Amino acid sequence: MSEKVLMKGNEVLAESAMRAGCKYFFGYPITPQTELSAYMSKHMPKIGGTFLQAESEVAAINMVYGAAAAGARVMTSSSSPGISLKSEGVSYIAGADLPAVIINVMRGGPGLGSIQPSQSDYWQATKALGHGDFQMVVYAPSTVQEMADYVAKAFDVADEYRTPVMILLDGLLGQMMEPVELPEPKADIPDKPWACTGTKGERAHNVVNSLYLDADLLDQTNRERYERYDKIKAAEQISEEYLCDDADIVVVAFGAAARIARNAVNAAREQGIKAGLFRPITLWPFPVDALEQTVAHAKGYLTVEMNMGQMVDDVRLVVAGRAPVEFYGRTGGVIPTPAEVLDAIVAFDQKVGE
Amino acid sequence: MEQKEEKVVFERPDALLPVVTNFCPGCTHGIVHRLVAETIDELGIEGKTVGVTPVGCSVMGYNFFGCDMVEAAHGRAPAVATGIKRVNPDNVVFAYQGDGDLASIGTAETVHAATRGENITVIFINNAIYGMTGGQMAPTSLPHQVTQTSPYGRDTASAGYPVRICEMLSTLDGPAYLERVTVDTPANVRKAKKAIKKAFQNQVDGVGYSLIEVVSTCPTNWGMTPQESFTWMRENMLPYYPLGVYRDVLAEGHESVAAAAAERAKDSKIVAEGGAA
Amino acid sequence: MAKMIVDDAFCKGCGLCVDACPLHIVELDQDKITDKGYHPAHCIDMDACTGCCSCALMCPDVAITVWR
Repeated sequence: MSEKVLMKGNEVLAESAMRAGCKYFFGYPITPQTELSAYMSKHMPKIGGTFLQAESEVAAINMVYGAAAAGARVMTSSSSPGISLKSEGVSYIAGADLPAVIINVMRGGPGLGSIQPSQSDYWQATKALGHGDFQMVVYAPSTVQEMADYVAKAFDVADEYRTPVMILLDGLLGQMMEPVELPEPKADIPDKPWACTGTKGERAHNVVNSLYLDADLLDQTNRERYERYDKIKAAEQISEEYLCDDADIVVVAFGAAARIARNAVNAAREQGIKAGLFRPITLWPFPVDALEQTVAHAKGYLTVEMNMGQMVDDVRLVVAGRAPVEFYGRTGGVIPTPAEVLDAIVAFDQKVGE
Repeated sequence: MEQKEEKVVFERPDALLPVVTNFCPGCTHGIVHRLVAETIDELGIEGKTVGVTPVGCSVMGYNFFGCDMVEAAHGRAPAVATGIKRVNPDNVVFAYQGDGDLASIGTAETVHAATRGENITVIFINNAIYGMTGGQMAPTSLPHQVTQTSPYGRDTASAGYPVRICEMLSTLDGPAYLERVTVDTPANVRKAKKAIKKAFQNQVDGVGYSLIEVVSTCPTNWGMTPQESFTWMRENMLPYYPLGVYRDVLAEGHESVAAAAAERAKDSKIVAEGGAA
Repeated sequence: MAKMIVDDAFCKGCGLCVDACPLHIVELDQDKITDKGYHPAHCIDMDACTGCCSCALMCPDVAITVWR
């Protein structure tokens, strides 16, 4: 066990990636994730790795595609507008079944939006980061420790299922300093016999490709990929339940919003409201199985998000009309206070109780 | 008189799979594919070569080359090749791109891979038209050239002028070798082969970024026979895109790309002094 | 004796080899149609062939093998 150190979230993402065997990082400057790139540029050369500042986010994600095709553990990071530019490459990565890790330190949108924290890319990350039928595993850490842990896990999951994996957080978490126990450096990275490293005259050529001119073959390939998604849905859902066992009001929140919601849940309990917090850690696959467990006793669900109400859709899909599901949120970089979330819980509790 | 036993003096290179290509009759892509494959055979590098073919008529390249192949998004081959090369510097990595891909949607990737001096080889097919999508105006379409999307001829007042890639890249410090060739005669095919082989040899030797532009034809979308296409190319394209060497740092007497770049900027204090301690 | 042989499975009848032959002994065979519907190239005077490879150098489909 290594000792705890005090580190900034963005830097922990970088350090944890390198410890997970990521020796290649391709990025482009954007606020609020620049410390991650700066950390990589400083430390990658020391481990014989590559930090490359690309000419654009588009180029960076395609360098990731190339490095992943060559069998490496590789990562890129950006923030909302930059992630939009990476969406082309992410679709190709998914279509070519390549493992890669993408960090999105979200800021307010749409357009140039703001540089303050936001969760407004939930839909983009979980529903449609790029064209075509594909999904991507999305982790939403809410502590610096979880950032360290889930970056490490992201590389393993990416390799196991040959899929892009996203770490979705916001500028609040990226800038946060907390004590963290960094993961042990990973020595063994899985073999990738499909990688394009040269045939060495010993095998038929490998091809990394997402083009299928034969419609039946593409249909079959997509179906096989979705069978893999079913395995991910069955094995990889992660959530944290806090005071949910007897909760009347289940507050659902992820990432930074969950930290605030937790305080508000405690305050609600002090007022005699049986509130609990359900915190999805995987946003895709959404932790539907664990949330389903709460439906038997919950009288209502309130999602707290730093957006105009996006995850609330996924909660409604699980609850399926069996209880009211409402949303409270702020946007534009406004971080909701525990007091205003408490007010929202109290108001929702009264409405549900009527 | 004793009959000397004849030997095969010309055959399909090993690195080119025995597959009928998707190229139209008379398309020069096939000649250039063969030259690349012959080069791979002659340098004995098939086992460590990784090819990158992006979108355009080159897109099916992974069916034709025997080495490992990566298909790239439109214009992104130089970025993808960069990723591959950075992971395995001992691999020989080439990108094979058309003009819409390399000089329009992928211009940024092209310029920046070149200026970084990525030790890769780029084969650039310039036939002044988008072939795969049916003959639209390309960044290298000539003034007054009629295409599907310039039906009255390329109007420079609204569509501007063609991009001369070799000339443009020759202003950068990064490239080691830039040459423009064509393949309209056996003699020119031999010259093109020599250039392509040098562009691969440079990578093997660690000399640096090499790009060979092949002025080519598109009989189908130009609406001409292959023979007429060569005539049109000679009369119209070659004066606009003159053949020749646009950069060759070693032949210019420099020790390396870095030495040439330093020489050019020797009056800059930070360059001369080697930067921060 | 030099010779050139065209593999009809690859030949697309573009005729670039016809133009390239310095001895003008390569023609498209109008009496023959390949599986893909092309008139394939063939040598009309093999005795005259010098095995110079000009035809093969110009062939975009690597359909020609030359012996010398």
